[in-house]
Parts: sequence; structure tokens; C-alpha cells
Amino acid sequence: MAKGVRDKKKIGKAGVILIVISVLFVLLMLVLPLVSVIVNSLKEGFGFYFNSLSTKYVLSALGVTLLATVCAVLLNTFFGLVAGWLLTKFSFRGKQFLATLIDIPFSISPVIAGLAYIMTFGRLGWAAPIIDSINNTFGTDIQIVFAIPGVILATTFVTFPFVSREIIPVLNTQGRDEEEAAALMGAGGFRIFRKITFPHIKWATIYGVILCTARALGEFGAVAALSKTRGKTFTLPLEIDALYLAGSSDSITAAFAVSSLLVMIAIAVLVLRNFFERREL
Amino acid sequence: MYVELKDINKHFGDFHVANNVNFGIEQGSLVALLGPSGSGKTTILRMIAGLENPDSGDIIIDGKRVNNIAPAERGIGFVFQNYALFRYMTVYDNIAFGLELKKMPKDKIKERVNELLALTNLNGLEKRYPNQLSGGQRQRVAFARAIAPNPSLLLLDEPFAAIDAKVRQELRTWLRQMIYKVGITSIFVTHDQDEAVEVADRIIITNKGCIEQIGSPIEIYKTPETPFVTEFIGQSAVIEDYHRLNGFEKGDYKGAVIRPEFVEAFKSDNQKFKNVIDISEEGEITDILFRGNSLELTIDLNGVPITVHRSLERREVRVGEKMRVLIFKLFAFDDEKAYLLENSKLKERNINNEHLESYLYNENTNSFVI
Repeated sequence: MAKGVRDKKKIGKAGVILIVISVLFVLLMLVLPLVSVIVNSLKEGFGFYFNSLSTKYVLSALGVTLLATVCAVLLNTFFGLVAGWLLTKFSFRGKQFLATLIDIPFSISPVIAGLAYIMTFGRLGWAAPIIDSINNTFGTDIQIVFAIPGVILATTFVTFPFVSREIIPVLNTQGRDEEEAAALMGAGGFRIFRKITFPHIKWATIYGVILCTARALGEFGAVAALSKTRGKTFTLPLEIDALYLAGSSDSITAAFAVSSLLVMIAIAVLVLRNFFERREL
Repeated sequence: MYVELKDINKHFGDFHVANNVNFGIEQGSLVALLGPSGSGKTTILRMIAGLENPDSGDIIIDGKRVNNIAPAERGIGFVFQNYALFRYMTVYDNIAFGLELKKMPKDKIKERVNELLALTNLNGLEKRYPNQLSGGQRQRVAFARAIAPNPSLLLLDEPFAAIDAKVRQELRTWLRQMIYKVGITSIFVTHDQDEAVEVADRIIITNKGCIEQIGSPIEIYKTPETPFVTEFIGQSAVIEDYHRLNGFEKGDYKGAVIRPEFVEAFKSDNQKFKNVIDISEEGEITDILFRGNSLELTIDLNGVPITVHRSLERREVRVGEKMRVLIFKLFAFDDEKAYLLENSKLKERNINNEHLESYLYNENTNSFVI
């Protein structure tokens, strides 16, 4: 009780002003818009809401989004663990450079990433002949640009650093001693990773996976550049955009309904994130 | 010789961390690798363990050259500086880890771990995690884990560095007793000479990648062979103008080292020293430090600062007071070797070590009495 009183006194005038500013800001910029998404989505009632969620296009977009997210998360988790281990437990020439490269998706615009993939794998890209020759030899019909693989690639690109960035600081503080001790006793690399390294980064990995998932679900720019077929390669954000641009009041309400789906997923991710963040401490 | 290093060389870049290192260790002995930081002692230990590879030279354990044998196959137990306990495993799992790797049956593992828990007094703590243990308990777990697979050689890297001063003293005795009880050949690295002197029965002194001297603690203390050892061991003060002190002539030396226990300082009316007062010199106290169990005086003697210990039982002294000072001996050194010089005036009077003892108050039990 006494402590609470003291804490309150410490806040003072400046504190009150800061609190008011930040609460107003958060309300205006974040909470109100999100609430309006939910409100708008229910404008035509629950029946309409569920109908607009179960159209062919939306279901397809949901499937593509989930597929792309799962693939991106799996790839980036695997890559994140490898890169994290490499960058913290080994020293080699160019290590700093590699660490910087990993962060590129943080600083580059997603649209540019999408265009870069078109330039690489598209009809005029340098990798196109390679894909053609693969298709010719194996009789397959692999397409990357404007197809599902492109969507997966774009999603993977933008969420690339999330897991490794969570793991690296934790591994850095852990040091190399325990691994060395285990190796000295005769433990192999995989056992060392499983018994010693992984328990240490378990929560950081889960946290990274959650952030990665959240980002992958909502990706728009990079995917927009590589996905042009509604009902086939569209993800939820693209579908929302398409519905909204259609312009009729029904489709706009439907766009809000689909948006509310993403908002709810985002809230769930936030709750999970808080839960694991606390576990980490 | 159980462990032998022959002409070991090792570089880290341009840095020569091991320069023609040669030594042998007998089975069952407890050896300290003692040296300042950066002297190469830890690297030597890690090369024996196989955590580093020498650029050239042979490492022989039990008659077998082990240079190309993997660390895990060398029959070594290793205690890391910060213990490197597996923090996500219980005490039990930590100790059992090495045994599981040896594919020992579960009941045998249990038996061995329990035996070690009893030996190291860790009974009841087997379900704890390392962060729930005190520093001393962690060290005991690290020790138990290292010796669990019955290695024939135990290596310890600064085993006391992570423990606070009070517990450290206790653990030194514990570790020494434990190693003798288990009867395992052991090598430990330390930068602390008190630790080396108290725990080890042989000391190897390293400096700048070279071995300076190998010997028992007493030998190292009483007959330092090189300028470095002379300076490094004991509370040694280097003076250049040693020939200005009464009883010592200038020789072909670069300088000399005087330890506090080589010096006696007394008041001019002290009857006990009346026979030698004429060959003593007058100095002035410039500083007095309280050292807990004694005083440490700095006395200016003809411009040479001399340090001496003084029992708290003796008469009080103060800064600025004139004292008579008698120096029994010192270690003079040139570029390569160290030499013992005795006070020539004391020698003339035929006062040898036994006689000297009667002049001393035999006060400071912490230091060697000549």
C-alpha cells in the first residue's frame, strides 16, 4: 500500500501529461481504427458476416495465406536456428557481413522484394532458363512468379530475419562453455544441440516463430507483386484489397469482415506473445 | 612421467602463446600451472585436453601420443573456469551426462551418481538446477561431473576464480583433500600464487609462453631461478640500487628483489637487537598500512623504499619515525638468472640462519620464516 502511494507521487505532472498523450495516441491511431473494422464488418448482421467469409475467393485466400505462412515459418525457423548457431558459436571471415545481410528484409520495401523475384524467376529473369530446363527434363510444370511458389517465396523473404534475430542475442549471452564441456565428454553435434543449445533458446525460438507468423499472415506488398489471380494465388490481404476496390457497399462490408479475421488472428498472436515473453524472463 | 609435453609450440596469429614448452608430470601428483594472465597457462591446459591443437610438438598421456586423439578419447576430466554446468539439467543429469554418453546401463549410472553425490556432499541437491546452487556447490557439481566417467587425468581451469574470497579458502582445502582421496593426477591453472602454493605439490611457472621454473612450492619460494620468478613470487619489491644498502656490494646484476620477510625493522632502544644495531641502517617510516593481522611499513632507506611487516603486538610506530633496519638477504638478478645475496656484515659475524631466528619475532605466521 505504502509503496503504491509512493509510486503515484513519483509520477507527477509531467508523468500525467505523458500518459494522457500516449493513451490518446494509442486510442486514435490503433484502437479506434481496429474497433471500426469490427463494427463495420458486422454492419449487415452476422448472417452476412459469415456468408462473406465463406465465399470461394475468401476460402481460397485463407488456404493460400495459411500455406504461405506455414512454409515461411518452417523455412525461416530452420534457417534462423542454423544462422543463429553459426553466427554465435563460430568465428569466420565475413561473419559481420553475413549478420548484416540477414537484416536486409527489415530495411527494404516489400514491393521491391516482390519485383526482385519477378526479375529473377520471371519470364525475362536470369533463373527462368534454369526452371525451364528443369521442367523439360522432369516433365514438371513448375512456375514461380504469379503462382503459389512465388507467394511462398515472397512471404519467406519478408519474414526472413525474425527467428534468427530473436535467437542470436540469447545465444550470445550463453557463451560456448557448456557446448565445449559436452563435446569434451564426447557428445556429438546433434546431441549437444538438442540437450544444451536448444533448451536455452526454446522460448526465444517460439517467440520468433510467433512474430514471424504474425508478419507472414499480414504481408501485402511483396505478395501483391507476385500474385495476380484472385481465387488462386491471392492471400487474405490481397483479397481484402480486391473486395474493397470492388467498391459496392456489400463488398466493402465483406472486406471488413475478412479484415476482422486478420485482426482476431493478430490479437491472438499478441496474447501468445505476451505469454511467452513472460516465460522467457 | 604420466603426462609429458615435448617442444610444444602454439601461435594465436602473431602471438606466441607456447614457446618450446617441455615438462613432465608424475602419476598421482597435483600440479599448478601458475602465471600472470596471458602467460599461456590456460592454452597449455586446453592443449592437453585437446580443446586446442599445438602447432608443433608432442603431447603424451600415459605413454601414448594423443595429438591426434579426440578430446573425448583422452580419458580427461575437465573443470571449466565458470564450471560450464548445463543450466537446463539438474545436478543429477549434469553428473550423469558423461556416463550416458558412455552408454552405461541406467542402474549403473544411478549407482555412480549417488556415489559421487555422497563423495561431494551434495546429497539431497540432485533435483536442483545450477542456478539454485551456491558457488561452492557448483564447484562440487563440476568436480563430480568431471570425475564421473573415471578419467585418469583431471584438468581444472582457474577452479576458484568464480568463488568469493571467504569460501575460496575452504574450497582449496576441500579440493586438495578430494583429489588425494580420489587419487587422480591433476593439473590446475591459476594466477594466484597463494592458491598454487597451498594446493599444489608441484608448481610450473609460466611467463610469455615459456616455462620459467618447475619445482615444489618451497623450492620455488626459496630458490627462484629466473628474474621473473623472483619478482612474481612472494610480496616482492624490485629495487635497482641494492648496493646502497648496508651489507651488500654492487655485483654484475641488473637489480634485486627484497621481500618483507627478509627485513627487520626495530627501534634503536630495542635490547634484543643490540648486537646488530651497528650493522643496521637508519630509515624513516613513510607509510603505514593496516593489513588486518599485521602492519605493513614502508621505510625510506637511503632513498630506497623498503617494505616490512610488523606485528601488532610490538610497540607502536608512526609515520616519520626513525627506525633501524637490517636486511638479511635479497635476490639479485641479471637478464637470465637470479642469485641469493646474503648480508655480508651478518655473515662476517657468523650469524647464520639459525641464529637469525632468535632475532626475529616470529610473528607473521602467514609468511615463511627464515
